[in-house]
Amino acid sequence: MTASSNDMKSSRRAFLRGALAAGGTVAGASMAKAAGPDPLITEVQPWASGLGEGVDATPYGLPIKFESDVVRRNVEWLTADVISSINFTPIHALDGTITPQGCAFERHHSGAIELSKQDYRLMINGLVDRPLVFTYADLERFPREQHVYFCECAANTGMEWAGAQLNGAQFTHGMIHNMEYTGVSLRTLLAEAGLDAAGDLSDKWVYVEGADASSNGRSIPMEKALDDVLVAFKANGEALRMEHGYPARLVVPGWEGNMWVKWLRRIEVTDAPVESREETSKYTDTLADGTSRKWTWVMDAKSVITSPSPQAPIHHGKGPLVITGLAWSGRGAITRVDVTTDGGKTWQQARLAAPGQKMALTRFYFDHNWDGEEMFLQARAHDETGYVQPTKTQLRDIRGLNSVYHNNCIQTWWVKPNGEAENVEIS
Amino acid sequence: MSKSLNLYGGLAVGSVAMLTAAYNFADRNVTPMPEAARVLGEAPANPDIGFMVKPAIASTSPSDGPLGIGRVALPEEVAAWNVDVRPDGQGLPEGSGNVSDGDDLFQDYCAVCHGVFAEGVDNWPKLAGGSGTLDREDPLKTVGSYWPYVSTVWDYVHRSMPFGNAQSLSPDEVYAITAYILYSNDLVDDDFVLSNENFTEVTLPNADGFLVDDRETTELPVFSQEPCMENCKDTVEITMRATVLDVTPDQTAAREAFEAEQAAAQATEATPAVAEPAAAAPETAVAEAPAEEAPAAEAPAAAGRLDMELVAAGEKVFKKCAACHQVGEGAENKTGPHLNGVMGRPLGGMEGFNYSKTMAEMGASGTVWSEENMAEFLAKPRDYVKGTKMSFAGLRKDDEIAAINEYLKSFSQ
Repeated sequence: MTASSNDMKSSRRAFLRGALAAGGTVAGASMAKAAGPDPLITEVQPWASGLGEGVDATPYGLPIKFESDVVRRNVEWLTADVISSINFTPIHALDGTITPQGCAFERHHSGAIELSKQDYRLMINGLVDRPLVFTYADLERFPREQHVYFCECAANTGMEWAGAQLNGAQFTHGMIHNMEYTGVSLRTLLAEAGLDAAGDLSDKWVYVEGADASSNGRSIPMEKALDDVLVAFKANGEALRMEHGYPARLVVPGWEGNMWVKWLRRIEVTDAPVESREETSKYTDTLADGTSRKWTWVMDAKSVITSPSPQAPIHHGKGPLVITGLAWSGRGAITRVDVTTDGGKTWQQARLAAPGQKMALTRFYFDHNWDGEEMFLQARAHDETGYVQPTKTQLRDIRGLNSVYHNNCIQTWWVKPNGEAENVEIS
Repeated sequence: MSKSLNLYGGLAVGSVAMLTAAYNFADRNVTPMPEAARVLGEAPANPDIGFMVKPAIASTSPSDGPLGIGRVALPEEVAAWNVDVRPDGQGLPEGSGNVSDGDDLFQDYCAVCHGVFAEGVDNWPKLAGGSGTLDREDPLKTVGSYWPYVSTVWDYVHRSMPFGNAQSLSPDEVYAITAYILYSNDLVDDDFVLSNENFTEVTLPNADGFLVDDRETTELPVFSQEPCMENCKDTVEITMRATVLDVTPDQTAAREAFEAEQAAAQATEATPAVAEPAAAAPETAVAEAPAEEAPAAEAPAAAGRLDMELVAAGEKVFKKCAACHQVGEGAENKTGPHLNGVMGRPLGGMEGFNYSKTMAEMGASGTVWSEENMAEFLAKPRDYVKGTKMSFAGLRKDDEIAAINEYLKSFSQ
């Protein structure tokens, strides 16, 4: 990889320039013509004659260096420091639905802690027949379940309430990830402690709390606790990452991410909500008249086009274009996604890559033949309850401009003739 | 409430039946049960019997859980973790604290982020003010203007504060700090004493400002209409653009750094003959130095040379400090002073930073930061500098302190 490879590089660049110029003059569906033979094909490349890396060069593999810009990013001005802060999943660069753990967004209140399995304890107390303590090894002895669920921060898209602010799907919609969890249902653990002492369960709650210094705690109604809540210890087949609550976290399907307590250490059965800091001073939604909604747990149906988008512009000029994105709903499965390229004058149904799963991300594709003119791209999600993702105007009409959380409005990307895209609001 | 409240299907006939029932109500993707358990459990499970029928497990011994996994939590263990406090005062320990003591404690532990008057510093939460702003643009949400319950303040301060040294305050201190926050919001007088006994007598102004999620009635009907698909509007105009605001993090720097790194890597590959000896040289020097030099001469020599392994370890430990302190290129004073050149500098010697009185006085009397006093300070900040504003408990491990010292030295040469 010395002098000759540099020569090769420059000739490759020349080739690419030639192809681009040629491409500009090619019309419609006809194929681009090469300016000359492609040296990547006609010349023997170093990787085709030399040897690659041996096994074990990287005992735990990371993405190849060419993908090093596909990483979580934070927005510095959002928070006072990086300890009590949040970053964003690079959804603009991913496809499929499963979020790799290494680039799944993080949200901490006192930083990500290193808590070993040996030091892990989970307590169940309160209105139970037997207050219990489980070790990590104990958790692995309960019958397990597996589910794919999205986890979305209630503040996802929150910076866009007052207007178009952040220029990229990662920043406007990246407080979300979607993983396959393995764990024990909370129902099973509560049965182990016994709920006889709780009496009538219809007005009971569980208070869940983490082991970190913030000991983030949330109150969850018993109905949800016994429905589909999981205590998860594996995600996408492997142990949870430190930043996602290793060794065990709560999974609260379809409900705001703050309730998915990480480093879960305690579950208390109570007869009333605790009204903790994160369910009063935060994660409440102030309306135009100054009153605020509380207990807004469910994440409404939402979608976003991930590509093209400001961080994923079109480089190939007009012609066949894959428009793709994600849709999800906290109330159930996505049944349909509509896409418009003209800012909502005309809509067409997108193709779901697979039938929607309850409380999990759904990938959609809209195969488009781009004429090279500007586009106003939007997607609109429908879920199985008949809910249709609203416009920002519809949301503002009801909630005003003072909310931060639960912004599930339709997002607009303005794609310009040069292929660049920008976050805009339109009439 | 719906059928999902079903926890146990049948009358209790033992753990296997209950386990089976729990499986029956799990709605999806449950892995198959062991065959034996299913057979045993089928007969007694009766889906028609609702959750109100309680399993007869209360009379069994505590260790006799449905599966018998885990152990009973001891009362002192429950007491250690079960510290949540509710709006009606449930969970409060006995104790009391007054506004004046709260003021002192607040200045010591809280003001560095929340401001002397709880008005907030930089992006850190503002705890006072904002009265009457909730229906205006950019409402200021503080304890006085927004929080519904005093219990939330007490509980949060008790479990999560001070930032970086949580769960270090005594109940009396938490009562005092809570009293001061109430005072800062003009809700109590300066002679007020808050205790577990008068706790529920204090009502916050916005206690009635919350309503339970009403989206089901206010939004779902509106947002469940079949939408327009064709000829939905005549014109589309841009009303706002994100690039005009220009607040998106710049990602070109990261990309350029990566490209530069790649270019550098190629350059290194191209000139291996030069690179290798150059890299080997310092290693030799380091290895020889201790052997050749007399112990007395070692100190000054070592001062000029860094143990890069220790510096790297220090960089990791410094994450504990990075919430408040910056160091390195472009470092600025933040919640704490920046630490470039801190070694050898007088205590409280960074211009433009508002130090505690003690820290400033120590510096004025000629004390400069050295490895020795830095180690003492980092082990127990409040013991070495009484009244320091640094709300950090200290580093417990000597090797972490040594690593931080080496790391700071690397920015002090």
